[in-house]
Amino acid sequence: MNSSITNLPNNLGRLELELKSLQRRKSIYTVFGIAITALIVVTGIDLANESNATPFSQGFTKIFDFPKDMLVMAWDLGFTRWWARVIEFTPDLLLTVNMALLSTFLGFVTAAILACFASQNICRNKAVVVITRRSLDLFRSFPEIVIALIFLYLIGGKSLLPAVFAIWIHTTGALGKLFSEAIENIDIKPLEGLESTGCSWISKVRFGVLPQVLPLYFSYAILRLEINVRASTILGFFGAGGIGQALSTMIQWRDGGRVVAIFFLLVTTIIALDYLSDWVRSKLIGARS
Amino acid sequence: MFEVKSVTKDFGTVKAVNNLSFQSKQPEVIGIIGRSGAGKSTFLRIMNRMTTATDGKLLVDDKDVLALKGKAKLEWQRQCAMIFQQFNLVPRLDVLTNVILGQLNKQSVLRSSLMFFTREERHEALRLLDRFGVSHTALQRAETLSGGQQQRVAICRAMMQKPRYILADEPIASLDPLNARLVMEALQSISREENITVVCNLHTLDTARTYCDRVIGMQAGEKVFDDVSSRLSDQVAREIYGAEAEEAFESAITSTSLKSQVVRKPALAEQAVV
Repeated sequence: MNSSITNLPNNLGRLELELKSLQRRKSIYTVFGIAITALIVVTGIDLANESNATPFSQGFTKIFDFPKDMLVMAWDLGFTRWWARVIEFTPDLLLTVNMALLSTFLGFVTAAILACFASQNICRNKAVVVITRRSLDLFRSFPEIVIALIFLYLIGGKSLLPAVFAIWIHTTGALGKLFSEAIENIDIKPLEGLESTGCSWISKVRFGVLPQVLPLYFSYAILRLEINVRASTILGFFGAGGIGQALSTMIQWRDGGRVVAIFFLLVTTIIALDYLSDWVRSKLIGARS
Repeated sequence: MFEVKSVTKDFGTVKAVNNLSFQSKQPEVIGIIGRSGAGKSTFLRIMNRMTTATDGKLLVDDKDVLALKGKAKLEWQRQCAMIFQQFNLVPRLDVLTNVILGQLNKQSVLRSSLMFFTREERHEALRLLDRFGVSHTALQRAETLSGGQQQRVAICRAMMQKPRYILADEPIASLDPLNARLVMEALQSISREENITVVCNLHTLDTARTYCDRVIGMQAGEKVFDDVSSRLSDQVAREIYGAEAEEAFESAITSTSLKSQVVRKPALAEQAVV
């Protein structure tokens, strides 16, 4: 080490020393940072423990009491009667999946349209770009539940529509952002080729942009569908119908057999969707090469 | 045919094109030569209205096409087709569709968006592909074609526009000598047979001499030479190219001449291309 410093020209040698001291300072900061984080975690757990009615150690074991009860009730039913309950809730599941499908589709269309106006490389009007982007931000800044609750309140009474509307708006915001990023990353050359032929702006988007981004759009949309199935389940809790509402009722009734049946349906659906999206995405990527 | 009148383009303080004027009275192949950054590409993009000029006029039929707006501007772009160094086809669409896209200007947006092309359009595209020797690729995706094939497809798309002018921006700079020759011969025959004026940016001398009727030399945005190509002496060319002269004279690099390939030597010129 020392020899390398002596071998270096004077100014470089000084630089090397400076680098070393900088590194040393960095590692000291890191050690301090870890120590402080550890301190906060330990004192935080302690504080939470003290302020709770029942100590953490006691409450912790109770977390598993409820699922255990439910599972025991389901077990006592026997397979055939439990399976009958699975069949019983399948229409509710289909309703929830339908809600997710419809709102994802609507969101896909609006996001695809708005994304064109939110992308600087194809929309030359800066004001339009800024306004569209900010509205997309706004659309996805509210959680679905908040939008749905507002609409439920406005409509008064229980209905599917507020949930579909809420997920639609949120999906537009989320997908619109991703779509416009996809557009801003496209190769501009085909677009210029089309521009030089004197075609309209819509044709330019149709043939210069869409073929490049569509596989990515589908891949994003399928991911979003997965998220939206979960979202529409949760919205069911708030009176939007579907399997979420059934789950909420059955938990209140403490009907273990049915609760387990519903969970089974939900988990199977999510896993199936995951496999489906993997499959579609690999097809799309395969089609590319 | 057309007249360029003191066209100027400023990029900040730099004048990319400075007071450029010339006119073309009969169908011909005009080659524009000059070192990189001389303003050749900028000028072609101004002609096609992809870039706006800071000043100047381009008179066609006594009308200044640089001042056109809306539909009239699109119609002008239809009349002066453009060919690019990187071909600029839509990579994921098949070759036939790519060619038909040259006629977007004449189709209603709804019809073309749904890709309802008429039998006439398909037949014409096929005839063009056949004429330039790439009809066997009609159903392949454009991205699967070699560079030379893609450039010929791009020429088909340009011809599909039924243009009066063809602007070619370094059309052979990404091609091997054989394909470069095919493309230049295609452009030359188009000009001869269909009375279309071709304006072509080139960076090798022998190509300009072989295929162009007339050569315009540009240096730092200004016109420094304008005459029939036979009058382009080595002395003049050396002045136009300045420091890049070695590369321009080294005809083996992306040039159309097949014979001179044997005598390629300098590593310097190769680096310049990479």
